[in-house]
Amino acid sequence: MLTRRVIPCLDVRDGRVVKGVRFQGLRDAGDPVEQAARYEAQGADELVILDVSATDEGRATALRTVEAVRAVLGIPLTVGGGVREVEDARRLLEAGADKVSTNTAAVRRPALLAELAERFGRQCVVLALDAAARAEGGGWEVVVRAGKERTGQDAVAWAVEATTLGAGEILLTSWDRDGTGLGYDLPLTRAISGAVSVPVIASGGAASAEHLAAALYAGADAVLAATIFHDGHTTVGAVKDALAALGLELRR
Amino acid sequence: MRVLVVSTGAANLASVLAGLRRAGAEPGLVDSADTLLSAERLVLPGVGAFGAAATSLQAAGLWSALRERLDAGRPTLGICLGLQLWAEGSEESPGVLGLGLLPGLARRLPDGVRVPQLGWNWVEPGRNCQLLQPGYASYANSYALRESPEGWAAAWTTHGEPFIAAVERGPQLACQFHPELSGPWGQALLTRWLGAR
Repeated sequence: MLTRRVIPCLDVRDGRVVKGVRFQGLRDAGDPVEQAARYEAQGADELVILDVSATDEGRATALRTVEAVRAVLGIPLTVGGGVREVEDARRLLEAGADKVSTNTAAVRRPALLAELAERFGRQCVVLALDAAARAEGGGWEVVVRAGKERTGQDAVAWAVEATTLGAGEILLTSWDRDGTGLGYDLPLTRAISGAVSVPVIASGGAASAEHLAAALYAGADAVLAATIFHDGHTTVGAVKDALAALGLELRR
Repeated sequence: MRVLVVSTGAANLASVLAGLRRAGAEPGLVDSADTLLSAERLVLPGVGAFGAAATSLQAAGLWSALRERLDAGRPTLGICLGLQLWAEGSEESPGVLGLGLLPGLARRLPDGVRVPQLGWNWVEPGRNCQLLQPGYASYANSYALRESPEGWAAAWTTHGEPFIAAVERGPQLACQFHPELSGPWGQALLTRWLGAR
């Protein structure tokens, strides 16, 4: 039986892990290679690296980070950030990523998903979908540019369209919950998981094993978290033990 | 140990090379049919579409050398699409011939489960398996083989329906999962294959 996945995420800038990216106060949180190895040893099922560099120089450094992480990492690695063209994806894959994620660029030009799937296969193409509750009228809209821009586009409809075009997985982040520690947006998780047939990774808002379990109960195939693991309060292994005790099938 | 890897334009070539290095090998790349035939050990990785991979191997002049090598029982490891290429063909690319070493077609995973299958699933080896051991392995596939191949030891897994997780025969091993991405369990399998006769 296919198990549920627990996926730590590293936000990386200029070769270092950073915290507080989506809010103020970007601060150094360590060496990505060291953290990647530690998460694998703790039982992480996969790793996501988001390159949050804003410059070309930063992007070049990110490629070297991916190479260094790949050398030690024996589990799947997804890398996102700055993937606008097939060529951007190719460079990340050549450096050692197994999957690439794309966000704003795919919203601006949906054909990118088809191009990536045709070249690398859809199992390699992750749509990073950032969603926020609409101010009025219910439902969720797609947000882009790291939350700076609300598009008005329906999040569920975009998820369906993206998987038709070529996305083989959806990394779903609730912009309302991200960084709050209030738990994942469960209605959003349920709506997207129910609308698509590809795997869905829930992200944004996790502060406890119970939060992770609730997202998996709501239909997510995997859960992504950053803060709860970075702060050293808990380990991936301890979280997986807690999830297993709640009746979820996990690799242990 | 000198191991050569076939570059089919495979997207996760870097992961395969890194995994082989961690298992103690010194991997290089195949650059001709001659090196493919003479390599002490050969790895055929693969992601992407069945038809595109078969066509690219043929265009590179490697197809018949691969068949010759496999028929001769030389040490070879197929990974993911690299396993499916050993079959007769795939529903993914109707009309495109596989290498024909294993019976049947790669068929799409059933409706009602998440496709692609992404993540960790159990590997249950048959009694006559030598290299394959029980454990969780990391998969990324939308197609799979369902026929039990005669003359091969097979391991099975289930996603919606049972399918072939891997097959082995002496030093020939082909996995639907990615041993290079299957943690310590996968690395141990790579190490056993590197030593298999």
